[in-house]
Amino acid sequence: MAFLELQNVTKTFGDHTAVNAINLTVQKGEFVSLLGPSGCGKTTTLQMIAGFVPLTKGIIRLDGRDLSNVKPAERGLGIVFQSYALFPHMTAAQNVAFGLEMRSIPRSDRDQRVRDALALVGLAGYEERFPRRMSGGQQQRVALARALVIRPQILLLDEPLSNLDAKLREEMQIELRQIQRNLGTTTILVTHDQHEAMALSDRIVVMNKGDIEQIGSPQDTYHSPASAFVATFLGKTNAFEGEVQVAQGGISRIIVGDHVYTASAHIKGPVIISVRPERISFAKAGLRGTVCTRIFRGNHWLFQIKTIAGVATVIRQNDGTSMPEEGHDVHLVWREEDTFVRANSKVG
Amino acid sequence: MQSSSPLFLSTQTRSAWGLILPSLALFLAVVIIPLIMTVMLSFHDWGQYKGIETVFILKNWYEIWSDSYFHEMFARTFRIAVLVTFITMALGAPEAYILNRMRAPWKGVFLLVILGPLLISVVARTLGWALLFGGKNGVVNMALMKIGVIDAPLPFMFTETGVVIALSHVMMPFMVLSIWAALQKLDPQIENAALSLGASQLTVMRRIIFPQIMPGLLSGGIIVFSLAASAFATPAIIGGRRLKVAATLAYDEFLNTLNWPLGAAVAVLLLVALVIIVVSSNALIERRYKAVFE
Amino acid sequence: MSKNGFISLLFHTLFVTFMLAPIIVVCLVAFTPEGYLSLPTNGFSLRWFKAIGRYPEFIRAFWVSIGLGALSSTIVLAFAVPAALGLARYQFRGRDALSALLLSPLMIPHVVLGIAFLRFFTQFGLSGTFAALLIAHIVVIFPFALRLTLSSATGMDRSIEQAAISLGARDWVVFRRVTLPLIMPGLISGWALAFIQSFDEVTMTVFLAAPGTETLPVRMFLYIQDNIDPLVTSVSASVIAITVLALIILDRMFGLEHVLTGHSDRTK
Repeated sequence: MAFLELQNVTKTFGDHTAVNAINLTVQKGEFVSLLGPSGCGKTTTLQMIAGFVPLTKGIIRLDGRDLSNVKPAERGLGIVFQSYALFPHMTAAQNVAFGLEMRSIPRSDRDQRVRDALALVGLAGYEERFPRRMSGGQQQRVALARALVIRPQILLLDEPLSNLDAKLREEMQIELRQIQRNLGTTTILVTHDQHEAMALSDRIVVMNKGDIEQIGSPQDTYHSPASAFVATFLGKTNAFEGEVQVAQGGISRIIVGDHVYTASAHIKGPVIISVRPERISFAKAGLRGTVCTRIFRGNHWLFQIKTIAGVATVIRQNDGTSMPEEGHDVHLVWREEDTFVRANSKVG
Repeated sequence: MQSSSPLFLSTQTRSAWGLILPSLALFLAVVIIPLIMTVMLSFHDWGQYKGIETVFILKNWYEIWSDSYFHEMFARTFRIAVLVTFITMALGAPEAYILNRMRAPWKGVFLLVILGPLLISVVARTLGWALLFGGKNGVVNMALMKIGVIDAPLPFMFTETGVVIALSHVMMPFMVLSIWAALQKLDPQIENAALSLGASQLTVMRRIIFPQIMPGLLSGGIIVFSLAASAFATPAIIGGRRLKVAATLAYDEFLNTLNWPLGAAVAVLLLVALVIIVVSSNALIERRYKAVFE
Repeated sequence: MSKNGFISLLFHTLFVTFMLAPIIVVCLVAFTPEGYLSLPTNGFSLRWFKAIGRYPEFIRAFWVSIGLGALSSTIVLAFAVPAALGLARYQFRGRDALSALLLSPLMIPHVVLGIAFLRFFTQFGLSGTFAALLIAHIVVIFPFALRLTLSSATGMDRSIEQAAISLGARDWVVFRRVTLPLIMPGLISGWALAFIQSFDEVTMTVFLAAPGTETLPVRMFLYIQDNIDPLVTSVSASVIAITVLALIILDRMFGLEHVLTGHSDRTK
């Protein structure tokens, strides 16, 4: 049975629909990310789960119980805010203890739990520090400890890592994942960063303009995007204009520029063919093009290649083999299973 | 996202009103009602022996309209206010600019020195001017005679000149504060950018700095004008009983002559004139500078 | 960085002299040993400060001013804090009109307010009472208290309160444990500015005060209207000294510029 269930959840502000009748179920212990660009409705969804924003329509159930009439203070959810929202006038320990105080946990028990929570996030010994005297990463950890110490039914993370620098963010991703796996706390993460969503979650919910575009594991959403939006939002992708012709025996012929290959396609006519840059390789024959730029990125090479089907981005691992230079002619090929074919509405 | 998501619990407008209601009630009871009563009072009749009669007549308004004494008095009030506004602008703008270019400790110290008087009792400050102006041995006259600018003492007390000088002093902090605030919004590199493009220091001032502090200058002007036009203590002390402005005249009608309806009419007229002037000049400024300073 | 040239510094010196001259003159004359108004050229004397003690009107007026200022600025916070929170947190129709109304005592000339209050309180037989003064002062200092509390309320990160709520805190607990401590600097500076405004107010108060409820500025004003002698300069010098002390404390704690402009970070 689903632990958290969103049914037909809708939020409108005036005539603007922020969240459009979404359905989502989250299992106990699962880590789910709401991923999308700003304005996609992900934060509003989180705020509705937290109870800070009332629903226009729909129902949210937690462990089978309808949350409509449960006040935010009584939901027992742990939230880590984008700004951390630490109480600046309280020490780290007082911040963490606040939720336990509200639950009237006896002092001795409380102190122990505060110490444990701070130790869990690697801040043992920082009990008496005030937030303003801590680094961004440390403040983040206090916020996490504060949310976890109340043993929340669900941990809600609202862009928790967006204010950290790139290196620290990566470290925190790993740590956050370990903590969540160890505690088994059901977690919902709101983020606009696809790397973060992919690194942390069991499942990703890709949202756009108030709708859910796709729900799936990181690998599924990346490899088999359900829509063009998902394909472009989750990492870079090439979109070649082409055409599908049906030949004898139900075999389709796909034409991209001067590259023709056979494949099994469900549609015919003008199409857009998406291929991830790292799934394109150089060969003797295929889509012909000229290297316009070649950028060395340490562990990989990044190419911009001009073809008659458009400019292609290609990423090749730096495995020691020699790479084509700028100005050289190349041929591009890809495997059928690495493509995502959809009708080209602009043509036809 | 943040922009489209509303403030927390925005739908519960009731709680907003609940928080503001006490203040709103206070203001309705103790600001709006008294103001309405004052407007009504200005239409009542008054006689030396009969006192206030609660009738509706235009007598007081007609008196102000027809008697040149009131014309002169209002003309003097607004003349003083205009002069004070220009003097504070002319002196306050360069001072704010100089202040802004000072180094760290001095900047703060002189800002305190210049803005501080704002919080010192206006009676004490005006008393200072009365002492400086006072009679033959006033400090100002002695100093001016010593450096040979004048041969005989100038009359400052009980003159418009004296009122204008003292009021300029009283209002100066408002002007400096307003221009200072505008200067703070200036990109400190902007002067260097202009200089690097070959502008002279004077051109920088005229073409770069001045247009940008203009809104501060104008909003400071509105504040100073309205405060100067309704000033009471300074004109009362420096101007004395003979040199009346709107506020001191209203005071006299109320507490000396006891002709409350006439005093109320003067006060209401002052209020209406100021509201019209302030609101229309605000609208003008906003329209003029909206594009640049949104 | 000091790029000010000679002419600028000369202007600055003259300007500062202009700003300080009347204040310094008051303080100097207060120390005169003579029986008439004069600069203390023949040594300093405290005789006129001692003389204040022989005029109980000034002493009483001083305590009226202190009591009135402390009470009105305390009571005004009870109104201004909820109003500031309401205005800062909620978007609703009529919000701008409401805040314009609450800030209106800044716009209305104090002489008009004095007349309006006199008319109003006479109607209810309260004219000349301390209660009337108190109500009137609460209204005129309201905008100052509101501006500073509003500025700290809007500057506050709302998610801090949401965090407290999510941890199980009830409305009252959120206010007492989180909101109040966070807006406390704004509250204190708002209180201080409101107190000073009340303490200095003369134009409106002169209409409402009766013998016995005269505030210090009103007593000084009425005294000066009759005659100017060294006694009133020593009283003024004392007032200046007290204000300067308060000013320095205020500046150290909050920055005078912030207190005076009441800057709000929120852009509309």
